[in-house]
Amino acid sequence: MNIWYDQLIELTKKELRARYKTYFFGYFWSVANPLVLALTFYFALKMVMKIQIEDYPLFLISGLFPWQWVANSLSGSANIFINNVSLIKKLNFRRELIPLSMILNDLFHFCVSIPIILLFSLHYGKPVSFSLIFLPVVIVSQFMIVYGLSLAISSINLFFRDLERIVTIILTILFYTTPVLYPHTYLPENYSYVIYFNPMSPVIILYHQLFLEGFVQMKFLFLSFCYGVVILSIGYYIYNSLKWKFAEIL
Amino acid sequence: MEIRGNIMSIIEFRNVTKYYPNYHHIKGGIKWFLFNLPSALSQLKNHRFQVLNNLSFEIKEGEPFGIIGKNGAGKSTMLGLIAGVLKPSSGEVIVKKKVVPLLELGAGFHPDLTGRENIILNGVLLGIRRSEMMLRINSVIEFSELGQFIDQPVRTYSSGMLTRLGFSVAVHTDPEILLIDEILAVGDLYFQQKCKETIKKFSQKGTTIVLVTHSTEDMRDVCKRALWLDSGTAKKIGSPEEISQAYLKYLGFS
Ligand SMILES: Nc1ncnc2c1ncn2[C@@H]1O[C@H](COP(=O)(O)OP(=O)(O)OP(=O)(O)O)[C@@H](O)[C@H]1O
Ligand SMILES: [Mg+2]
Repeated sequence: MNIWYDQLIELTKKELRARYKTYFFGYFWSVANPLVLALTFYFALKMVMKIQIEDYPLFLISGLFPWQWVANSLSGSANIFINNVSLIKKLNFRRELIPLSMILNDLFHFCVSIPIILLFSLHYGKPVSFSLIFLPVVIVSQFMIVYGLSLAISSINLFFRDLERIVTIILTILFYTTPVLYPHTYLPENYSYVIYFNPMSPVIILYHQLFLEGFVQMKFLFLSFCYGVVILSIGYYIYNSLKWKFAEIL
Repeated sequence: MEIRGNIMSIIEFRNVTKYYPNYHHIKGGIKWFLFNLPSALSQLKNHRFQVLNNLSFEIKEGEPFGIIGKNGAGKSTMLGLIAGVLKPSSGEVIVKKKVVPLLELGAGFHPDLTGRENIILNGVLLGIRRSEMMLRINSVIEFSELGQFIDQPVRTYSSGMLTRLGFSVAVHTDPEILLIDEILAVGDLYFQQKCKETIKKFSQKGTTIVLVTHSTEDMRDVCKRALWLDSGTAKKIGSPEEISQAYLKYLGFS
């Protein structure tokens, strides 16, 4: 039991080193990237398109920071086993630790960027509300969704190497159909139900509610948690049925 | 556990068959797969390649065991099965120990990490606690004799240096079984000698050694029993002398 913990720590450190070379750059990029994105969208949507959303900069970063986690983890998933071929072919350890270490890395970077969202929150005069105690629940739900999808993508990509391209396209579609740039209440009445079919929507809505409105809707909390459990189970099932073939297909 | 002739078997192959499916058909991608579904499925079923065919044998605890056979016979596949990296298509591979380092060319290192970082990662993935590896790291570095290269990323290492590092880590993980696949061939003469001596020392201490080699001389030097693998089955099992004579005769030498 304890050895998994050591293995996970070492793999996570390795992931960080392999991706960013130094620990400082890891933090720098994980904050700079969504900030630049937020600035770009602010320019295009607020200054040019004159979109009318209150405290739009805060709205943007409270959605873009968690989205950055999703995007990083999922786009990294396709090749995560391929990048670790030398470990998989020679060593018999729990391979699910490899995508897990990558996701913990991105989760860690998201967590250390939360203070920045809170600073924005204070700047816009939002009270630090009691409902922030639900933040860990939202993060856990998001973690389960991301890890489940990552297990599925990373395992299937070994057999269908073009999955990577498909993931890129799906991520783009998902980004614009999830209410990251706009509030979900802006959806036309007769389409509003579609947010229930997008597993990422409840999570992002919850972040907006937490950081802007100081409350959470229980139905979204429940929905995101259910999505998390279901997606993680499916992802783990797929991984588990394919894992024995990893060493021979790589 | 079964006890036969008072010595326990530590590794046991029971009717092991191993196929490699021809995955390159589906590696064409999802698009290719979906557009050619019927032929893709039938290729998946029929174009598989049999490496081991109903292979049964056992290795006793503490016994240095050799495996010999021509290129592509399936020797590395056997070691992969013992290490638990591969799974048999049918039959059973029973291994009664946990820490089983597999020493092959291009050991299990991450190319972007330095030798030092890889020692810890490799040891931990083999099942040794991190704190324990930290205590042993200097001894590993010393054994490898890699000097200042230990702080270079391993992608810059030569194959001999990689092998040195892999061997050095493996012998510091208290291995109960050591799987060695042709690595003696890439070390320089000095390190080959050091490896062989270390292997013999471990063998005397009771570690089970499984040695895959093309050198009948090394096999006779290290092993007590040997298996000649041919067409997926054990063509002959016996003393290293017997096996090397039969194998060399089959190849047309002597
Ligand atoms: N991952 C794989 N996918 C498909 N076929 C494979 C795979 N690995 C090995 N094979 C095939 O299985 C056969 C046995 O391979 P293996 O590596 O076990 O041979 P070997 O006895 O170790 O040979 P050598 O002496 O050259 O090292 C070979 O014909 C090889 O082509
Ligand atoms: Mg081989």
